[in-house]
Amino acid sequence: MIAEAGLAALWLAAALSLLQLLLTVGHLRALFDSERFDAARAIRGVAIVQGALTLTAFAMLVIVFVRTDLSVALVAANSHNAKPLIYKIAGAWGNHEGSMLLWVTVLGFAGAVLAMASRRLGQRTLIAALGAQGGLALGFYAFLLLASNPFARLDPAPLEGRGLNPLLQDPGLAFHPPTLYLGYVGLSVAFSLAVGALITGEVDRALGRAMRPWVLGAWVLLTLGITAGSYWAYYELGWGGWWFWDPVENASLMPWLAATALLHSVTVLASRGALRAWTMMLAMIAFSMSMVGTFLVRSGILTSVHSFAVDPSRGTFLLALLGLYVGAAFALFALRTARLKEGPPFELVSRESALVANNLLLTVILGIVFFGTLYPLFVEAATGDKLSVGPPYFNTVAGPIALILAALVAVGPLLSWRREARPLFKQLTVPALFAATALAVSLFATPQIGWLPRLGLVVAAWLAPASLLPLLRRNPWRTPIATWGMAIAHFGVAVAIAGMAVDSAFTREKLAAVRPGETLGVGPWLVRLQGVTPAVGPNWTAIEAELRASRGDGVLVLKPQTRFFTDPPTETNEAAIDTMLRGQLYTVLGKPDGEGRWQLRLWWKPFVTLIWLGGALIALGGLLALAGRAWRGWRKERFA
Amino acid sequence: MSRWLRVTPVVLLALVVAALVWRLAHPEDTTIRSRLAGKPVPEFALPPALPGKPGLASADLAKGQPRLLNVFASWCVPCIAEAPVLAELKRRGAAIDAIAIRDRPEDVAAFLAAHGDPFGRIGSDDNSRVQLALGSAGVPESFVVDGEGVIRYQHIGPIEPADAPVILAQLERAR
Repeated sequence: MIAEAGLAALWLAAALSLLQLLLTVGHLRALFDSERFDAARAIRGVAIVQGALTLTAFAMLVIVFVRTDLSVALVAANSHNAKPLIYKIAGAWGNHEGSMLLWVTVLGFAGAVLAMASRRLGQRTLIAALGAQGGLALGFYAFLLLASNPFARLDPAPLEGRGLNPLLQDPGLAFHPPTLYLGYVGLSVAFSLAVGALITGEVDRALGRAMRPWVLGAWVLLTLGITAGSYWAYYELGWGGWWFWDPVENASLMPWLAATALLHSVTVLASRGALRAWTMMLAMIAFSMSMVGTFLVRSGILTSVHSFAVDPSRGTFLLALLGLYVGAAFALFALRTARLKEGPPFELVSRESALVANNLLLTVILGIVFFGTLYPLFVEAATGDKLSVGPPYFNTVAGPIALILAALVAVGPLLSWRREARPLFKQLTVPALFAATALAVSLFATPQIGWLPRLGLVVAAWLAPASLLPLLRRNPWRTPIATWGMAIAHFGVAVAIAGMAVDSAFTREKLAAVRPGETLGVGPWLVRLQGVTPAVGPNWTAIEAELRASRGDGVLVLKPQTRFFTDPPTETNEAAIDTMLRGQLYTVLGKPDGEGRWQLRLWWKPFVTLIWLGGALIALGGLLALAGRAWRGWRKERFA
Repeated sequence: MSRWLRVTPVVLLALVVAALVWRLAHPEDTTIRSRLAGKPVPEFALPPALPGKPGLASADLAKGQPRLLNVFASWCVPCIAEAPVLAELKRRGAAIDAIAIRDRPEDVAAFLAAHGDPFGRIGSDDNSRVQLALGSAGVPESFVVDGEGVIRYQHIGPIEPADAPVILAQLERAR
């Protein structure tokens, strides 16, 4: 019954999204008699009920997973009675159908919040945006109900489920996909608002102010999702790397790049009313990248370490939706932007210019990642040759541009709107000294490192102090929280770059086969293999090595494992990682060679945690900016 | 903004969608073409992997009938997943020999007792030398060898139930 209730809620929500779209068209064409029928109110109500229905459907799916109701095909295929409760819940979205239901749930929920919350926006634009949101949702409901029904039954029900991929049985999975999805789909509201504003022609500061919290919120979640996903891949796959330029990773990075650009341009729109057409384009691109990402992941058309079930018919359906929505939005843009008024002018040295530079560089990086991800496809379609594009391309092409961007981040926040009259050199003396010191020390102490990591160190040393300059000579209590947020986020960029540069310059790696009792050296560490013993967990067995690591002061014990899961039969490596202030010691137990020796893989990664610490700071800055703006808006309303 | 600039996004989108449609219509060919296909099995003669069962030499693979050569190990977990499929292949008439990689006789015996024994001969490759000569990078892997001892087909990773018809067809073609 629970599964049927969920399915019924989905069908109802789909019907309501169609109603929402039709009512909007009627309202905008003034087909209704406004005396007798308040269409705007009806549309808001429909959007809210639709959001509640999708939440209901999703709750029903979680319930059948918690109960391990094996008569539901999806549960039988992805769950197992013996699984810990948290992975039963996470199993609800650890598969194609469940994750698409989560996607649609967020879409419906975002529509409901938009209907309830946006009072600052012109009524017509809001209604047009709700109609666009309804149209978006309709297509994805159709996809779920016709091609990916999560509630399909199995008759007869199997006695036991097939289990969840053990790699996904990790706390990281419980939070990584939902966070990313909230971010992906949060951008749908920016898309719908842009479509609505282009329809009504009301692209103005009010639109910018209405769009900004959505972009900021989605961007915070994307930042967290990508940071968490990167750490998850780092410790769960046991490869010792934190980013692989895998198509599925790129699929999450591209919406983030677009959202980062949009976040900055929407600020210009909200504060100055400038960059109107460009901001609308970016809002459309950002959510289009979310859809491209979902399509790439869900169709499985690109070779990736993330192997998801490949189903061409689903890919076709998603591609049709993508082409339809993005095509319609871009066509609308082509038809309507000529009518938009230009915003107020600004000079070459001004905050607007800095933000335009930010947008251009981010867009170039986005283009590089997009092109690199799809290049093998283009080449094979055109010439039939097969090739793959890997880290050397992305690092050498996107890396320097990202560092130029980071170097400019130091300057932008110091500029005034419209025109900057003061000279900047004086303010930037301290950051320049930091950068010069970093360059000199790195050349003197470590002449052998590559130019890109060295440049990264210099840029980090330049940006870290410069990012805090906007807080200087201000009363900290009277400084807007949003300014604190910006400074912290920019400081986080410096921290993350420092982590990436140090990791790529100074990581030490050792791979060897050793007998119990033997010792290996990696970086400053001596690591002794004490012994290898069996271990047992709730739904796995393992062999576990005991390692004793020392660098002269005390002993660390690390226990990396190779785990064997029986449902489904899979082997995973559980790396043992010791985190300290100076870095991480990362150990992986490999195969026995049959003669008493065991493969051990060791890494010493100085300051690698700065990468994720930086990511977390960036997200924290965004969160503060969001909270600060909400607080200001609330106070204004209260005292107005 | 000029008209051309305004329609650029639509044009770019059309190009990208066209490429994606092409990919959906021509799914990527992920089969790994073995460099050894069409070449004779390298010369080797391996001792038995466990008492009571003959060992395996390259000459045993050139006796007029196509055979499936399975590279496995008792310590290999995917090999357990593969075992029922091998049993099914044998039931359908495939002749299967095996090479056990870096294994011990008692472990191989326990593995076969637990997961079934579809093998005619099992050679023991203590130091992976034959495995490397075959161009096999891991366990399990399987080779279809024709009656003249020439490798016709290489399958990397466990043979899943869906792969069984492919293997049978390859054995038929090698006849």
